[in-house]
Formats: sequence, structure tokens, C-alpha cells
Amino acid sequence: MRDFLNKLGLTFAFIVIVSPAVLFFLWMLSLSLKFEIDNASYPPVFIPERINWGNYAAVIESKRFMTYFFNTLIVTGSATLFALVIGVPAGYGIARMRARKSAIVILIARITPGLSYLIPLFLLFQWLGLLGTLWPQIIIHLVVTVPIVIWIMIGYFETTPMELEESAIIDGATRWQVFRHVALPIARSGIAVAFILSVIFSWNNFVFGIVLAGRETRTLPVAVYNMISFDQLSWGPLAAAALIVTLPVLLLTMFAQRQIVAGLTAGAVK
Amino acid sequence: MSELTAGKAVAKTTATVAAETATAKKNEWRPISYWPFVIPAMIVVMAVIIFPWVYTIWMSLHEWKVGQAPTFVGFANYLRLPSDARFVESVGHTLVYTALSVALPLILGTLAAVIFNNKFPLRGFFRGLFILPMMATPVAIALVWTMMFHPQLGVLNYLLSLFGLPPSLWVFHPATAIPSLVLVETWQWTPLVMLIVLGGLSAIPTEPYESAQIDGATPWQTFRYISLPMIMPFLFIAAMIRMIDAVKSFDIIFAITQGGPGSASETINLYLYSVAFVYYDVGYASAIVVVFFALIVALAGALLHLRQRTHWNEAGGSA
Repeated sequence: MRDFLNKLGLTFAFIVIVSPAVLFFLWMLSLSLKFEIDNASYPPVFIPERINWGNYAAVIESKRFMTYFFNTLIVTGSATLFALVIGVPAGYGIARMRARKSAIVILIARITPGLSYLIPLFLLFQWLGLLGTLWPQIIIHLVVTVPIVIWIMIGYFETTPMELEESAIIDGATRWQVFRHVALPIARSGIAVAFILSVIFSWNNFVFGIVLAGRETRTLPVAVYNMISFDQLSWGPLAAAALIVTLPVLLLTMFAQRQIVAGLTAGAVK
Repeated sequence: MSELTAGKAVAKTTATVAAETATAKKNEWRPISYWPFVIPAMIVVMAVIIFPWVYTIWMSLHEWKVGQAPTFVGFANYLRLPSDARFVESVGHTLVYTALSVALPLILGTLAAVIFNNKFPLRGFFRGLFILPMMATPVAIALVWTMMFHPQLGVLNYLLSLFGLPPSLWVFHPATAIPSLVLVETWQWTPLVMLIVLGGLSAIPTEPYESAQIDGATPWQTFRYISLPMIMPFLFIAAMIRMIDAVKSFDIIFAITQGGPGSASETINLYLYSVAFVYYDVGYASAIVVVFFALIVALAGALLHLRQRTHWNEAGGSA
């Protein structure tokens, strides 16, 4: 009996603590599928009688949506790939040199507000005449992606066993070969974690875009923000746009939650 | 004298060279050869991270509006700060916002971690659902929260009415703007505290709990005297990360209130944005950046100090 009560209490507490997260996203979905009449009714309608897919169609068919989508893909993709190409070897080098202290730069970078990179780099991009292209955003997203990748990879390479690498060296392999054929395959799961987190944080980034993006070079988060100021009154398309922007991240989180949890807590606990 | 020094130097050099060859022979694992792996990343970090830091300090010593030539003014920009009412006010807002955004997620996150530390079906799936708020695109969720805060049509006032509470103006009234934003921040970041604390809880061995159960301890006693002391270091880390992120919070505030109504929710970061990219006063903005950074470091230092003191107290108490 007491066991049963404990279970009941636990279930109740569980529902209370999980429901804000779940209900929020269900409400978001509900807003995005309703006609304006239902969205503006009081008391609010949770499950509508008629579903309005038109909200999604309106967003996807809207001018430049596809441009903004591809902009986001290009910025996030390039910033992540470049960060992996330089960050994975760097994490390896720092771990093998036991130079973890040099990673203090990355910790300070983590503390520094994003805006403080924007002012100098904005002036630099202006001076270089790069504004109006996607380059400024790709380059400044490295401020986010490179530290994530290096930080996670240091942690991974520090825990991978050295014996294999040492025997490969004795067999006459060069350092690069050891890295490429011994260390890299073992660290594959670490690279996956770095990749996922880098993609998510770059995809979500907003502050760099509002300053650096022009009409043609907006990423999706910036485009969604601009929608708020233009048609504040129609909630359906707004909610649909918001859901479209964040859906890739939500799906990635659900499918790769194990890697995400590992990456976030590894960075935090060490 | 000079001969002696020279002799010493020679001896020293020979010794070092000998030592170096010895290590090279004995141990192929000479760290220096890993430089090529690190150099590309170093160049990038210099360009996009270190260069902005240095340049910011240089700019902060100049009177400089975008489009004009910079003139050196020494510390004038810094001296302007204390008499800038809007800046002083924004520091106050930041501190209130941060204190609440650390405390609430810390309490709720610990509670959530205690719940998630039990075994139940589909735990991984629910953990995934639970961390969605912190992974979702901030602007997208800010947009939906804005709709939920709407005084007439928003779902939050409807929920209040279900509990018989009067409606609130949420982010549309100066007095409730910051607490409403903290609500969003708490909703968003409680999962991170949960994950960190859960890591701590799962590392505790089961023996203490078993003996506590035999002794007839209540769940609260078990938590207070076994779990809590063991997860203290994790709570500290969570508080530190939360503090750093809350001070810097931008997306949510910018997208929901733009610092308004008036300047009721304008934090340092929001004010900094206006100075830099609305007024284009980059010299003054850079001074704000430097002071802002110093404030974050000071807060982190205060947290560290607090932790050391509580350690000392614990030791004193048990002795």
C-alpha cells in the first residue's frame, strides 16, 4: 500500500515537472494548425475541429522562405564542417600535449557575451566589403562552433587509450597516420557529439544574424523574428514558421538525446 | 666573474641538450611534434576570438562612431558609465534577472533530477522531451511565449482564470516584465540543471540509501542528509553555468520585449546592442563590453568564494 502511494506520488510529481515542456510544444502545434477564428477565441481552443494546413503552405510558399532555409543550411553546414576540420585535430593535439591549460581560451570564450565579438568583426567585415554576402555569418559562427568542437574532442581524446597509438608509432607510422587511422576511428562517437551540438547551436543562433544579415542573407531565426514585426496579427502562420524553424532541432534532440546529454554534461562536469 | 657565468651557461646548455637527446631517444612521445595539429585552430581562434578581444580594448579607449574617424580619449568612455542612468539601471535589471534565473532553475532542476533518478518506463524518451526547451531555437519559442503572454487572447491568462487568479499583463507591464521573462528562462534552462544534477545523483552509491531506509529515514531526510551533500559540487557547477548564461541572456529578451516596456527589462546586453547597433557608438559600446565582461568574472569569483566558505563551514560543523 505504501509502495503504491509512493508510486502514485512519483507519477504525479513526474507529470507536474514534465508537462510544461510537453504542453508548450503541443500548444505551439495547436496554434500552427488553427484558423484565425480559433486562435482568437476565448476560452482558447486546444484541439480545433477544422485543421488549417494553409498556415504551413503560406510559410513555405512565402517569398524567400527557401532562400532563408538554404542560407541557414549553408551557414550552419560550413561553420560546422570547418570547425570539425580544424577542431578535431586541435583537440587531439591539445590532449596529447597534455596542454589542457591552453583550453582556458575556450573557457573565456564561453564566458564572453556574443555581442562583444560582433562589434569588432562587424567593423572588420565592413572594411573588407563582405557585408551582403553569407561570409560574415559563416565566419562569425566559428566563434560558436570551434570552441564546442575543440572542448568536446579534448575530453574524448584524453580518455581514448594510448597503447594502440604507441605501438603504431613503434611500427614506424607518422603522427598524421596515427591520428588518421588509429585515433580518429576510435573517436567517432565523440565527433558525432561535437557535430550534433555544433549544428544545433549554430542553427539556433540569432544575435549574429540580426546584425550581419541583409534582406537576402537572413537565416531562418532572423527571418522568423522579422515576421513578428510585420504581421503580428495572424498567429497561425507565425506559429507554423516558428515550428518549421525549430523542428529540425527538436527531431535531432529526440533522436540523438543520448549524445546530446553526453556532450552537454561532459563539458559541464569536467 | 664573467668567465664563471659563461662557463655556467655552457654547462647548462650542454646539460639541456643532453637531457633533450636523452628524452628524444627514450621517449618518442615528444609533445612538441603535435603542434601541426593545433596550429590551424590557433590561427582561427586568434582571428575570430582573440583579435576581437584586443580590438575591443583598443576601441574602448577611443571616441568612435561608425563612419567617423576614431579619436583617442583615454578612459573617457569608462568615466561616462557611472553617470549614464540607462546603463546603471540596466546593471540593476541584469542582477535581478540573473539572481532569479539562477535560483529558480536550480531548485526546479534539482527536483526534476530527483524524479528522473527513479527507474520508470520510457525514461530516455521522457528525458529527451524534457530537454527540448533548452535545445529548441530561442527565437522560435520566444515568439510562441509572446502569444501566450497576450493579455486578452493569451493562454496563460486563461490558465490563471482556471485557478481563480486575476489576469496579468505579463511582459506588457513594467513591474511584471522581468519576472515574466524569468519564467521563460526558467522553463528553458531547468533541463540543463536537471542533467548536471542527475549526473551527480547517479554517481552516489546505493549503500547510504539502504542504511537510511533501515533506519526509517523520511524521503526528505534522505535527500537532505545523503543526496544534497553529495550533489553540492554539481549544484555549484550548475549555478556557475546558469549564472554565466543568464547574465548574457539576449535572444529571449530581445525577441519578446526588446528591453521594454520603456526600458523596464533592458539588461546590459540589450543596452549594449542599442549603443553598438542602433546608435553606432562603437567606442562607448566597447567600454560597456569590457565592464560587462569584468562583471561576469566578478560574479563568477563571488560564486567561487561562496563555495569555499560553505566548504569551510561544513568542515567546521562536522568537527
